Amino acid sequence: MNAPGVPETRELSYAQAIREAMDIALAEDERVVLMGEDIGVYGGAFQVTGDLVEKYGTERVIDTPISELGGAGVAVGAALTGLRPIFEFQFSDFATLAMEQIVNQAAKLRFMLGGAVSVPVVMRFPAGSGTGAAAQHSQSLEAWLGHVPGLKVVQPSTPEDAKGLLLAALDDPDPVMIFEHKLLYKSKGRVPAGRYATPIGKAAIRREGRDMTIVATSIMVLKALEVAKTLEAEGIDAEVIDLRSIRPIDRNTVLASVRRTGRLICVYEGVKTLGIGAEISAMVAESDAFDFLESPIVRLGGAEAPIPYNPELEKAVVPQIPDILDAARRMANGQV
Amino acid sequence: MFDENTPYAVRTYAPEVLIKALQKMYLIRKFEEGAEDSYTRGLIHGTMHLSIGQEASAVGACMSLTDDDKITSTHRGHGHCVAKGADLTKMFAEFFGKETGYCKGRGGSMHIADPSKGNLGANGIVGGGLPIAVGAALSAKRLGLDDVTVCFFGDGANNEGAFHEALNMAAIWRLPVVFVCENNKYGMSTSIERSTAVKNIADRAAAYDMPGVTVNGNDFSAVAQAVDRAVTRARKGDGPSLIENLTYRWRGHSKSDRNRYRTKEEIAAWQARDPIVRMGEMLIEHGILDQNGISKIEAAAAATIEAAIAEAKASPDPHVDQATRDVYSQSGAAA
Ligand SMILES: Cc1ncc(C[n+]2csc(CCOP(=O)(O)OP(=O)(O)O)c2C)c(N)n1
Ligand SMILES: [Mg+2]
Repeated sequence: MNAPGVPETRELSYAQAIREAMDIALAEDERVVLMGEDIGVYGGAFQVTGDLVEKYGTERVIDTPISELGGAGVAVGAALTGLRPIFEFQFSDFATLAMEQIVNQAAKLRFMLGGAVSVPVVMRFPAGSGTGAAAQHSQSLEAWLGHVPGLKVVQPSTPEDAKGLLLAALDDPDPVMIFEHKLLYKSKGRVPAGRYATPIGKAAIRREGRDMTIVATSIMVLKALEVAKTLEAEGIDAEVIDLRSIRPIDRNTVLASVRRTGRLICVYEGVKTLGIGAEISAMVAESDAFDFLESPIVRLGGAEAPIPYNPELEKAVVPQIPDILDAARRMANGQV
Repeated sequence: MFDENTPYAVRTYAPEVLIKALQKMYLIRKFEEGAEDSYTRGLIHGTMHLSIGQEASAVGACMSLTDDDKITSTHRGHGHCVAKGADLTKMFAEFFGKETGYCKGRGGSMHIADPSKGNLGANGIVGGGLPIAVGAALSAKRLGLDDVTVCFFGDGANNEGAFHEALNMAAIWRLPVVFVCENNKYGMSTSIERSTAVKNIADRAAAYDMPGVTVNGNDFSAVAQAVDRAVTRARKGDGPSLIENLTYRWRGHSKSDRNRYRTKEEIAAWQARDPIVRMGEMLIEHGILDQNGISKIEAAAAATIEAAIAEAKASPDPHVDQATRDVYSQSGAAA
């Protein structure tokens, strides 16, 4: 039994946690609908919606045709006019077919109409490599959308946040884009029961440390935590920050950490150049935290290539634990 | 010697051409079975989409094409590749992620292409090939070539904006392209009844002022007849056509599929309409092959596939330090 006031937690997978958030939202708010390709009886390409169609029916768990642009646009229009749609892209890569509606419509309608409307749409994007699905089904495009004012973009790394950020997204009056890493769907963690929201725009310090700051996103947070454990045995005390939200970005948490540790490594799966690491590095360079740096900043991101099919090549183009470990050791030894 | 009941294919093609077509259909079937088996044994990373049950559509549609004619294919593209004359070992090598594969292990099942045979490639994006096919047809027209492009796509793709935009442009510019929709009744779990407003996808041709026909996609002869006519029309400069081949995929959508959107009875009913059996029966009926000859073709196809798998498996992997090779045409352009 939990003490009163302390929410009960259970072990759930990341996918189950997202499903639970959608279940809660569907149960408590008639305006919530799920839309996407094969999210009904099929249960979603990654079995995230699962059996929700049995509970809520096909009027609220809506299979769309294979029409990403149109489907996303219908979700935008529905959000504009009173519904609370959660639109699932089958793969985040297919956002490329819907960019018009996401970037020109969802992100800008409120602004263009002088604040007269809002677009409370939630879009979910299964993202990332590691499944052997090759170049058109493995991308990490979060920085693309992170570049667009009017959108909010989050990347949960834990089941607890996957649920909490989805519920926060539904509470948010603006369009929220949720990038879910496909390799995380089966990962497990303690998840509070019932309704709660994880604040959008707030990073989480997953491990405190004095010697260096590792800012990571999504699955890279798990890798960074593994690395921190190994480093601890070597006498290196790394702080691991889970960015969680890339728009808005939690400047304060990152800068305060860099002021404490004097060292910064950014780790993310999206292509390194013009990516999240560039933004974080520039944030530091433009602030007083820069004066605290004892070492050049290191960015570890995706290689300058599409994701290859061959499994060894596929691993080689995104940061892996040994890459992070190596960078951290060199930094600690002043070899950067 | 032919009467009005003689199938188009028998009237039109020499016996050895028909035998070759049957061989290709068996090669596709055995290729897919070999792929499935390799997958089950953990030899294939990633996913795959099998076209078992759709062999007549792939082979029938390529009957009137030369190596200069182009095709664009789909995620369910192994059959199209084989029909367009691809090397089976290089296909399997790609499947296994080998340096000797069609894409040097970079692409996998969903990206196999063979430009030397006019195959512009499978595509991981539903509808992705449609505008590309129109572009290939535009090239042919502008360059004064008489090449035709056959664009394969599924029923699911006909709800992508790209389908509508591509058909319209092909029509307004009278381009030499033949749109071949392989309507296997489902896009993943979603039936055409639930996804598509018109009864026949071919009806959509009317909106783009081009001929549209629906044929039995499991009848090799019917497919070949419809596509031949459309290819002739395209080559003459009379513009595009839309052909809808009604067919069925026997296997699930991809490696993961619980088949909850269709019944066992429906699957069994379509398996009873096996396009390869039908083709064999036609050839027997018209004295082109006997049962023994057909069995030999089947056994030879199985042996060819077995050898291709063995050779592909034994070929070298790509080097990890080459993971970012070929991103740009000139080395170093990325730096
Ligand atoms: C733009 C895009 N949306 C969704 C998908 C995921 N997907 C891959 S195949 C497929 C079904 C395609 O159906 P159809 O066109 O009928 O071809 P079939 O699989 O039946 O051969 C879907 C939804 C994709 N690959 N690309
Ligand atoms: Mg289909």
